[in-house]
Amino acid sequence: MNIVLRLAWRNLWRYPRRTWLTTGAMIFSNVLLVFMISIQIGTYGLMIDNTLEALTGHLQIQAPGYKDDLKMRQVVPDAISLAASVREGLNLQTVSARGAAFALASSEDRSYGIQVLGVEPMFEPGVSSLPGLTKEGRYLDDANAAEIVIGSVLARNLRVSIGGELTLLGSGRDGSIAAGIVTVVGVFHGGNKELDRGIAEVPIGYFEDTFDMQGAAHQIVINAGDYSKTEQLVQQANALLPADSKLVVHDWNALQPGLRQAIQADMGSAIFMYAVLVVLVAFSVLNTQLMSVLERTREFGIVMALGLTPGRLGRLVMLETALMGLVGLVMGSVLGGIVTSLFTVKGIYVPGMEEMAGQFNLPSRMYPQVSALTLIAGPGIVFLFTLLAAIYPAMRLHWLQPVAAMRAA
Amino acid sequence: MTAVTCIELCKTYRQGDQEIKALDHASIDIGEGGFVCLSAPSGGGKTTLLNAIGGLDIPDSGEVWIAGKRIDNLGKGELANLRLHKIGYVFQAYNLVPVLSARENVEFVMQVQGVPAGQRAEKSMAILKEVGLQGLEDRRPAEMSGGQQQRVAVARAIVSRPALVLADEPTANLDSKTSDALMELFVQLNKTHGTTFVIATHDQRVMGYAKRLIKMLDGRIVDDIDQQAA
Ligand SMILES: Nc1ncnc2c1ncn2[C@@H]1O[C@H](COP(=O)(O)OP(=O)(O)O)[C@@H](O)[C@H]1O
Ligand SMILES: [Mg+2]
Repeated sequence: MNIVLRLAWRNLWRYPRRTWLTTGAMIFSNVLLVFMISIQIGTYGLMIDNTLEALTGHLQIQAPGYKDDLKMRQVVPDAISLAASVREGLNLQTVSARGAAFALASSEDRSYGIQVLGVEPMFEPGVSSLPGLTKEGRYLDDANAAEIVIGSVLARNLRVSIGGELTLLGSGRDGSIAAGIVTVVGVFHGGNKELDRGIAEVPIGYFEDTFDMQGAAHQIVINAGDYSKTEQLVQQANALLPADSKLVVHDWNALQPGLRQAIQADMGSAIFMYAVLVVLVAFSVLNTQLMSVLERTREFGIVMALGLTPGRLGRLVMLETALMGLVGLVMGSVLGGIVTSLFTVKGIYVPGMEEMAGQFNLPSRMYPQVSALTLIAGPGIVFLFTLLAAIYPAMRLHWLQPVAAMRAA
Repeated sequence: MTAVTCIELCKTYRQGDQEIKALDHASIDIGEGGFVCLSAPSGGGKTTLLNAIGGLDIPDSGEVWIAGKRIDNLGKGELANLRLHKIGYVFQAYNLVPVLSARENVEFVMQVQGVPAGQRAEKSMAILKEVGLQGLEDRRPAEMSGGQQQRVAVARAIVSRPALVLADEPTANLDSKTSDALMELFVQLNKTHGTTFVIATHDQRVMGYAKRLIKMLDGRIVDDIDQQAA
């Protein structure tokens, strides 16, 4: 074995308790980092999937420009048959066509402006959780019936219940006035105020007639199942578009920019917390290595007097630190991985998360997601800062005078 | 060519407002193959002079030449290299590396020099036997007596056959029998390999072995006796 490596290893075990304390701090923080980052990643995944599965889907096919100003006339022509061919081309059932219009919904004594969606009753449950959350009454089943399903808050605001009638008033594709009378067949509890207050769904056939869509709709919604598959599906969907169409495929990031922003904001505060942890560990290493260098002043004086250069001694100190750091890294990652894995199935209750959970359709338990990234990212950064912290103690050796050092008791 | 030349070395230490002249215009000249004892009462400047010769400490003024090369103006790295390859040093206190065994301490310098493992093992075992430590090779310094540690330090200094050995009171912790054995080893190395020895001591026994005796007092060279003629 290399002499410097051997010296480094033995030096560490000269004061086993101190070495274990320092290494223990690394292990502890690494376990914590693995656990927290795994929870974070797991939560973001759930947050993305649950938010998108409510209504938006992971990707949509739209007319260009529609996303930004939702004009009735920016349509996807022959939407139902396009949806069918996309379904076939992607070999994915969770694809559905949707029309969307703003309308005034009126009951006997109240009126509210809402967004009316024309949906395919057969396929909508595959791209949205709202059909499944229709607990009062039933969801739509006939593609042409004059029926409507509304959110629970809207039902309360309009003071209608199952069997009641609503008048819809809006404008059609060409700008003409569109109007119709529909019967409320179901009320959904989406768990999200905005959806429950402002969304209503009618069958796509009825929508086409009422808003004079001439076979067109506004969105082909695709649910990828898992947000990580979005990119791949965007590419495949693009290839499926008719050659002469100007249609575009948007991913969830373009459809719901707020989602990524919310994640980034949350990540920002988490990273600050992690940074504090890492700095604490770095200081503990700095303290340990500075102490151990000062203690060995005399010994370092001897080996320098024998002809070892300060640079070589500096490497010794760095190597000692790296060895400790490596033990901390490996044990921290392994332990962190084991501890975190225990919670991936059972989940963990995170206090203070209820509000966010409600907003993003999350369950109140968090399910950490262990991956190579979550195992290595935190411990890797701790290792790096550990080495950085040892630079100063190692540098001090350059100012060491062997004669003075050997006189030191 | 001379092995060691010191010209008008001065070194002053300040302690509070008191100035101590550890070296006061000290000049010496030691030929290759010399076997010299530096004798002075405690505080006479022996260690300071050895440190200047070994490039461990830079004098305030004057010149130090080793084997025809001026060294008092060299950088740290060059001095480290010089000590590693040309000089064997036995320090006043035994100064072993505590986490290494006797044999590892002896091998340390060779290892830094890059001597291959087999050769290292052979040489270190042989030298430890020569200084009478056979069987103690695997002990750490804390498991050895002062005298044994001192012998390890001597073994470490001479194992790679440096041209110059500087020894600072090497027998201070040894009984008279071991002292004699050690001095005979030095004499033999001096004879067979032409190794130059400069030994600081106030032990009369040790002075008896020297070919030449240089006496110091308060940092000055006060006497220089050729003992071979006598
Ligand atoms: N680093 C130092 N600081 C202050 N005084 C010193 C230092 N090194 C040596 N001295 C003084 O210089 C003088 C010579 O010391 P030294 O060379 O160690 O003598 P010796 O080895 O002959 O006993 C002594 O008076 C000692 O106290
Ligand atoms: Mg001395």
